[in-house]
Amino acid sequence: MADSNDPSARPSGTDPETQERHAEYWRRNLRYLAGLLVVWFVASFGFGIILAEPLNNFTIPGTGFPLGFWFAQQGSIYVFVVLIFVYVKIMNDLDVEFGVDEGGEA
Amino acid sequence: MTVQSWTFLLVSASFALYIGIAIWTRAGSTKEFYIAGGGVSPLANGMATAADWMSAASFISMAGLISFMGYDGSVYLMGWTGGYVLLALLLAPYLRKFGAFTVPDFVGDRYYSQTARIVAVICAIFVSFTYVSGQMRGVGIVFSRFLEVDVEVGVYIGMAIVFFYAGLGGMKGITYTQVAQYCVLIFAYMVPAIYLSIMITGNPIPQLGFGGVDPETGVALLEGLNGLHEQLGFAAYTSGTKSTLDVFFITAALMVGTAGLPHVIIRFYTVPRVRDARISVGWALIFIALLYTTAPAIAVFARTNLLHSVSELPYSEAPAWFTNWEATGLLAHNDLNGDGLIQYTGPDSPIANELTVDRDIMVLANPEISGLPAWVVGLVAAGGLAAALSTAAGLLLVVSSAVSHDLLKRSLWPEITERNELIAARLAAGAAVVVAGYLGIHPPGFVAEVVAFAFGLAASSFFPVIILGIFSKRTTREGAILGMVLGITFTAAYIVWFKFVHPEMNSAEHWWFGISPEGIGTLGMLLNFAVTIVVSRFTPAPPAEVQALVDSIRVPRGTGEAHEISA
Repeated sequence: MADSNDPSARPSGTDPETQERHAEYWRRNLRYLAGLLVVWFVASFGFGIILAEPLNNFTIPGTGFPLGFWFAQQGSIYVFVVLIFVYVKIMNDLDVEFGVDEGGEA
Repeated sequence: MTVQSWTFLLVSASFALYIGIAIWTRAGSTKEFYIAGGGVSPLANGMATAADWMSAASFISMAGLISFMGYDGSVYLMGWTGGYVLLALLLAPYLRKFGAFTVPDFVGDRYYSQTARIVAVICAIFVSFTYVSGQMRGVGIVFSRFLEVDVEVGVYIGMAIVFFYAGLGGMKGITYTQVAQYCVLIFAYMVPAIYLSIMITGNPIPQLGFGGVDPETGVALLEGLNGLHEQLGFAAYTSGTKSTLDVFFITAALMVGTAGLPHVIIRFYTVPRVRDARISVGWALIFIALLYTTAPAIAVFARTNLLHSVSELPYSEAPAWFTNWEATGLLAHNDLNGDGLIQYTGPDSPIANELTVDRDIMVLANPEISGLPAWVVGLVAAGGLAAALSTAAGLLLVVSSAVSHDLLKRSLWPEITERNELIAARLAAGAAVVVAGYLGIHPPGFVAEVVAFAFGLAASSFFPVIILGIFSKRTTREGAILGMVLGITFTAAYIVWFKFVHPEMNSAEHWWFGISPEGIGTLGMLLNFAVTIVVSRFTPAPPAEVQALVDSIRVPRGTGEAHEISA
């Protein structure tokens, strides 16, 4: 019984309210993941591989980079870095919104 | 000072630094030995992950490979960075919440099965040894060229250093030496890159420089290179020759393999909280991206330099670096048409094989080819060693903890004392170093090639069962075990068949669906997913406490210190 008073001790608590809250948190998480992974796929497999040949007909203005080649060797990597930082931000916010964050002390 | 004395000085100074750190960070407990006590800051962990990750393949081989492969080399660039997105989004935070010491720990507990644990131990050891043999060859190349000792002696020195700090400090020692090694290797990589970029394009930022114009001719560098390629009979640099499907599969295998490599995954057990695990993947990728966005620039500079400096050059006037590398056997000239000139031409030319250049030497030779100062050449040697040693140490730790923790403590000898487990871990690290050294002296292939296979094996064994373990509660032990066994067996068999049993058949018309052995890990992974999901449907659901465990992994709050959960 003592455990149920301390939400941090039993994160997968068995009371229906907590369970429902965690389930909703998980659904939101999965939605974010799907969105981010679509961007991940398009920037690398899409622009860098499948569409690389047609995109190579364009050159990035002011440089000598064919566009598909640039995505494969530069652009996709920059997109990956940005994606992870976006993920960190939205997940940390989501944790707070659902009260499942770890707090500043631990 | 000469190149050799600079190299000697810089390499010894960096080794002294690593040993100093190792003595300062000795591990006193198994927790310190396996996960550095669990208190590493996210930034330091990001840096250590970057060094752990960037191996001799990234530092020594990759730019050279891209230089020869052109667009096709993109598979390494996208594959070895894109995996971090998967790691950040799908694995690291959940595994940190689970809080274990090793990857087989997770597999064994999540799949409530000793058999699953043992299968995971075997996969981890197999993958890690494949990978480590590539590192030791890298160490050997650097020593033999720059310090003019035998490759074997070089490997022995590397083994002694790695054993010293991995055996003494465990994960704690490795973490802080890796932070130092990252600084050494990134500095060593960037200095010549910036030098070259200024020399060739006038732009100090290599990432922008290789999209610039050649100030002498006013033609874009890449366009000039494509023209030169056409003239000599090579495929255009920015287009490549591999089929789109094969590029797709290789990239996917490298990405997924990255996310499934045990020595990378365990780094995220070492931070205090779930949110630290998330951000620490971000830091790691920034540190990695710095090198990975520079590599394609170096590749273009090196290619341009090579074609300009040796093509049609009389052999008698070959520069000093040319003859130095010839002595190592990694570069060779065979005057097929007997005109005394060095011809370097595309694959369809009758004199295509006049000049053979080992792809592993381009980064190391580049500063000399461009005539950079001697200290830069020495710095590159120290950087190459830092990259190889940091990765080797991380891999050896996986092997040693798989033996002492997963095999002894969690399976065969549960009542082993803390002190004896620590001794066992150190002995296992010693034995692993000896095996790694043997593989380094008798390497099974090119550095990047061997390493690419390790990814296929990791992709086809760990990735699917870890993902399903987190994202599908219904996944059962029977599904996971069969999935891992079939995935890794299929992938290993395909690679061994084409690479070692029938190398003469290793070409697109014999491959299944045109997928090369480098890309087959993707198919192995899909097979593993399919088998695991289907078998799970037809076997009894996991027990309630395992389902509760999965629920708790999905929510950050309540991260304890890393601990052992009874199966």
